[in-house]
Amino acid sequence: MEKKLKLSAAAKSNTITYSMVTVAFILIYLLDMMDVLSNSLSGQLVPICAYIVMALSLNLTVGVLGELSLGHAGFMSVGAFVGVVVAGCMDGSPDILRFIVSMIVGGVFAGIAGLVIGVPVLRLRGDYLAIVTLAFGEIIKDIINCLYVGVDASGLKIAGSAEALVLGEGGKVLINGPIGAANVPKLSSFFAGFILIMLTLFVVLNLINSRAGRAIMALRDNRIAAESVGIPVTKYKLMAFITSAVLAGMAGVLFSMNFSTIVASKFDFNQSILVLMFVVLGGMGNMRGSIIAATVLTVLPELMRAFEDFRMLLYSVVLILVMIGTNNAKLKAMIGKYTGKITAVFKKRKGETK
Amino acid sequence: MKKIVALVLVLAMLFTSVACGKKDEDANVIKIGGIGPTTGPAAIYGVATQYGAQIAVEEINALGGIQFELNWQDDEHDAEKAVNAYNTLMDWGMDILVGTTTTNPSIAVSTEAYEDRIFMFTPSASSPKVTEGKDNVFQMCFTDPSQGVRSAQYIIEKGLGTKVAIIYNNADAYSAGIYEGFKAEAEKNGVEIVSVTTFTDDTATDFTAQLNDAKTNGADFVFLPIYYTPASLILAQAKSIDYAPVFCGVDGMDGILTLEGFDAALAEDVMLLTPFSADAQEEPVQDFVKKYEKLAGEKPNQFAADAYDCVYAIYNAIQKNGIKPGMKAEEMCDKLIETFTSADFSYTGLTGSNMTWQANGEVDKAPKGYVIKNGAYVEL
Repeated sequence: MEKKLKLSAAAKSNTITYSMVTVAFILIYLLDMMDVLSNSLSGQLVPICAYIVMALSLNLTVGVLGELSLGHAGFMSVGAFVGVVVAGCMDGSPDILRFIVSMIVGGVFAGIAGLVIGVPVLRLRGDYLAIVTLAFGEIIKDIINCLYVGVDASGLKIAGSAEALVLGEGGKVLINGPIGAANVPKLSSFFAGFILIMLTLFVVLNLINSRAGRAIMALRDNRIAAESVGIPVTKYKLMAFITSAVLAGMAGVLFSMNFSTIVASKFDFNQSILVLMFVVLGGMGNMRGSIIAATVLTVLPELMRAFEDFRMLLYSVVLILVMIGTNNAKLKAMIGKYTGKITAVFKKRKGETK
Repeated sequence: MKKIVALVLVLAMLFTSVACGKKDEDANVIKIGGIGPTTGPAAIYGVATQYGAQIAVEEINALGGIQFELNWQDDEHDAEKAVNAYNTLMDWGMDILVGTTTTNPSIAVSTEAYEDRIFMFTPSASSPKVTEGKDNVFQMCFTDPSQGVRSAQYIIEKGLGTKVAIIYNNADAYSAGIYEGFKAEAEKNGVEIVSVTTFTDDTATDFTAQLNDAKTNGADFVFLPIYYTPASLILAQAKSIDYAPVFCGVDGMDGILTLEGFDAALAEDVMLLTPFSADAQEEPVQDFVKKYEKLAGEKPNQFAADAYDCVYAIYNAIQKNGIKPGMKAEEMCDKLIETFTSADFSYTGLTGSNMTWQANGEVDKAPKGYVIKNGAYVEL
């Protein structure tokens, strides 16, 4: 009986999350269609979706698995550049097919990167894992910085320098080393972003509420106890880590296909920290919080453009206030009191109508 | 559940309130939008273009007649932020775009401007990718490869070097682009390139390996298609290993004399090929330099002059084709394209005389060669 109750609580919470995203999407989509939305905001819709997926996937590593990863932008980068190459090779196919295939291949490659880094690294604990993932992000950046990829009639060509990349007639350069990829086809849309968020939520929430998810959380809470009851540590850690990497790779594809140019240096340490900030401020392990934090913190700097150069300062002040605010017991109690009153009113009404 | 709905509604309200205030067309002014990095690592270029454009707009407004309004937005030298800045300007009701300052953001923005039919005139984004396939995007500066080609031609014409070494930044589209153009032209004309070495922004502190490579290969002429900050280190480190070839830079070298903490004596006899020099004695240049110094407290670099020229070139074109405030941006765009590509339109400004534009948006102008003597530019 008790078990059943608990499960239904999780299911209820998930339904709220799904419907929140759907309602927000429909609302914003309609507003955008009616041209009520400012250009500034409608231009940010796809990046917001990409950042939400990034935050959700990182939350799986940080919040659910309990390992600090500082190189999440590295997976995004792998996905983004692989996606660009795939889309470049499929020139001429219908856009929707190109986009879906790029997304899948981008995700798979990011997953492979996750496996390669995960196998040795997940044996490390605490600070060491953070340091290695940090280095991983930088390594990915440097590798892409010296990667020259082009495509011509005879197929895909990869070289280590601009001179070594010799293309035949009609060939085009897809990734030009540190200069990055230019003329990326603009295949992303807000709708695609929404689908990706729903997919991510579906994967993450189902994983959390599955047998594997409970094993992963057991590892987070007490590794020794979990091991003692026969939970294979590496298997479950890798499962969470690779899932997280695949989703981040897909977010990278979505992100890159929204801008006509991307460079490897965009996905640097700062980008990883930005995503980590979404997770931390939204609450570790709290998926709904990640979505809201990613949205608000992406829109906020643009809303503060009126303050010109002071907006950076204000942005950090806002971050500090949010951190203090969400950890302040008095403030929390106050908010809790008000929301309690509101829900009480709603409940009362519900009772009346019944 | 209701709590969530309430939250969503509040968010939606926030969004719509942001959306208001759009489309307040002011019928008396032409709204010029500007984008460039005024914060972050590339801020010196963004700030220079902002001030340059601002001076030009103030001058034009003082003349009476057509009035301009300038709104400059920061892009932090990031493509994502640049597109955000562009959309903010669209909300403001931009008619013509002067920007963006740096190359990668410019590529992202030019795609948007092409779709929206906004006339885009970049002062300093020099990659051919910026204008490629977009009829409404024009450049005030040289494209990188053509700057490389012109530099090579200049060196060959004047017989400045026989054994050439090149040190360039391969993480920078600007530097790599010039290098490719230079190399192709130099090889075509039989100039011997004995040493080619590279660095990236992360390794731009120690150049002894690159300099020693040039030295051991006997280069008597070192071509530096890079910005002045790494160039200043190269000059200092060359001195410390007693290596004294002819150093030659391009427009990115402009600014080296005013670099803080740099011993200007090191730059003695350094050559640079640039369309603009703040030390040129012509009256318009000196006038601009004075105004810029008053505004920014330092000498203008080439970026400032490019932006100044952009605004004036647009002004000249507008006077010619009768664009009026209140016209639709698309209409202005078509008219400006027609004027800029017409055979009888040319513009003389701070960064060149009788500049004309090709249909692909590239500029035709001649570089000027300068050599640094006693801490000042002397025209070659």
